[in-house]
Amino acid sequence: MRRMIANGSLVLTAVAVVALCSLSWAQMTEAEENQRLGMESHIGKLTGHAAAAKGTYRRYCVGCHGVLGDGEGENAQWIDPKPRNFTLGIFKCRSTTTGTLPLDSDLFDTLGRGLDSSNMPSWNPLSAQDRADLVAYVKHFSARWVTEKPGTPIEIPPKPEVTADRLKAGQAVFQKVECWKCHGPTGMGNGPSAATLTDDQNRPIQAYNFHDGNRFKCGTSDEDLYRIFMTGLDGTPMPSWSDNIKPDEAWDLVFYLRSLQPMKSKEKEIARQIGLKPGAPSAAPAPAPQQ
Amino acid sequence: MTSARKRLASSLLLASFFLLFLLCSISDANALPAFARKYGLRCSACHEAWPMLNYFGQKFKDNGYQLMNDRDAPIWQNNGYWPVTMRITPSWHRESTDKVAIDQSGGQQQITAHGFDVGGLDILSGGTLDKNISFLFVLSSDENAAFHFESVNARLDNLFGSPWLNVKMGKFELDNIVSEKRGLTLSANGGGFQLYHFVPVGDNNFLGQIGDNQFGLEWMGHSANDRTRISAALLSSTDGNPDLPGSNSYTGFFAGSHAFEVGKLGTQRVGFYAMVGQAPTNFLTSGGEPIAGGGFGNKTFSREGFNGIFYLGKLDFQVVTQHGSDNAFFATSTAAPGPLPTGARSAVWNGAFLETHYVYNPQLVFIQRSEWIRMSQQAIPGTASNLGNIDNYVIGYRYMPFMTSRAGFAWHNEYSWIRQRGGAPDGTDLTSNSLMLGFDFDF
Repeated sequence: MRRMIANGSLVLTAVAVVALCSLSWAQMTEAEENQRLGMESHIGKLTGHAAAAKGTYRRYCVGCHGVLGDGEGENAQWIDPKPRNFTLGIFKCRSTTTGTLPLDSDLFDTLGRGLDSSNMPSWNPLSAQDRADLVAYVKHFSARWVTEKPGTPIEIPPKPEVTADRLKAGQAVFQKVECWKCHGPTGMGNGPSAATLTDDQNRPIQAYNFHDGNRFKCGTSDEDLYRIFMTGLDGTPMPSWSDNIKPDEAWDLVFYLRSLQPMKSKEKEIARQIGLKPGAPSAAPAPAPQQ
Repeated sequence: MTSARKRLASSLLLASFFLLFLLCSISDANALPAFARKYGLRCSACHEAWPMLNYFGQKFKDNGYQLMNDRDAPIWQNNGYWPVTMRITPSWHRESTDKVAIDQSGGQQQITAHGFDVGGLDILSGGTLDKNISFLFVLSSDENAAFHFESVNARLDNLFGSPWLNVKMGKFELDNIVSEKRGLTLSANGGGFQLYHFVPVGDNNFLGQIGDNQFGLEWMGHSANDRTRISAALLSSTDGNPDLPGSNSYTGFFAGSHAFEVGKLGTQRVGFYAMVGQAPTNFLTSGGEPIAGGGFGNKTFSREGFNGIFYLGKLDFQVVTQHGSDNAFFATSTAAPGPLPTGARSAVWNGAFLETHYVYNPQLVFIQRSEWIRMSQQAIPGTASNLGNIDNYVIGYRYMPFMTSRAGFAWHNEYSWIRQRGGAPDGTDLTSNSLMLGFDFDF
């Protein structure tokens, strides 16, 4: 009987130790947090300090992203898509290659711009210093910033002149790499795979509808769209195509997708002149994207 | 230790614990419910301290109650979403005036009244009707639940995709960057800004009150980040009263400001405003009563000044100045065409206030306001130069023990003191003060 009790106690103790250890792995210890609050960000001449942003984060961000930066703020349950979990150190909008950490300036730009198709507004009314401090504070949530350096920014070649041939070539790229599977044959976000898309936390996610506005998740310019192809949107099913399509092809794709958008544009006008219609899906197999 | 000392020590210890508990219980803060419920943001995202806006909240308002993402139109909201907020403040307050004319002795004496009471109820609804079409109405009651429209307007936002083109029509708060409607003071003598409602002694022009909501049409434009703002409004000279009671006369209100960053101090804003208008001094009557629209003898008035909001870490300073002038007919309460009293001239004054907030965190804010108005020219020569001058001081704090994105609640404590030179029945100075402790809540 005593042995049974002793064994039981041992098991319980082991379970408790494992549970406590898991807890400490999952969350920062106070010492770790204090250390990471020394985190800095560097954007141009600005230097952000994580410790300086504690109050700002609690004022503006904590309701969605949570005290621990895990995306579990009090409003998270009502929000779709869910707020970013900063502890993972995975970000959609980067200028760096897929799988790598973004530059400080990428996070700074995201704060100032906001994220389309989400609850994340533009925080550009905050001072540049406040935003730089917030970038450092966002970084302090993930150990990745301690052990890794940000990736290398991709190069964006100068934008070529848009022509009818380039629009047609862009449509061919759209077919070739099977953008239509998620974004739909006409770019309306209703491809055959669209209903099954999930993010890296297995939550349903919608493909972008190019007919639904002029803003993308990570910006509004042609260069922003180019960058999205080449870096991918980490944490989502949108892969990086940097190893599969050439820079010229990426620009062609930019021009073609611009012709699908509702606002007036040179691309839309050329597409109208040459009678370019969003194409039917091609049977040609797509090259495997870089994951 | 003597027993008295022990009692003192115990009391101090107890007080320390209470203070510690108070400070420890202050954690996070949230937002005004109608918009907070829509966007899932905390009150503190838009309010420096509810209801005073911060730069993000000001931009949200200037964008037509929109965050400018794709979730602004009501089509994105749950069908059950109903953008309504109600605000009321039950309180205990004490009002004291040092010289009140009384019948019993034919003289004057100090009157002090105190007790439990309630202020009026505000029912607010605002938001978007569609992307870039916004609205606001505020139904306000007095303490006897007699309602009036405090605000009712619709706004076309970002016309042609430009933040510089926003047009609003209806009854609205003038574009005062230091907003009285979003003020943090509530007591009888400290609740309003004297500068926004000043009328010289003997003057009957109540139409130049820049703190009153007015009927009109406003164009407003701002830069993408809201750092630069400018507006012009054409107002009916009715001081916001319905049914066109005036003389088909109009008033213009113009405002502009620019904000700039000063390193780690924060973002500072400086601006100006000007109100220039004319209004009737005389009315056609029927049965002795003024006929609506039958005003005539229009005369002019003006108010202009500078304003600014300055941050110094957790401290912020709001400054407003004013130079005001009323035509001699207003200033002497003379119906045009006269005759005016001998030597009558315009009434002219200058004033300023400085309001300071120490925002310990969005849930606890300490407030002071000091306000001074000085007559620089009396309408009737020979009048005491300081007649009607005002000094007003307010101190207080607001503590919000909780806030969620569903409701707001503040424990409000405030003391205010005001003196008007020559305002007593016997022509001496009139002084009054207010003490208020209230629960200010909205849902």
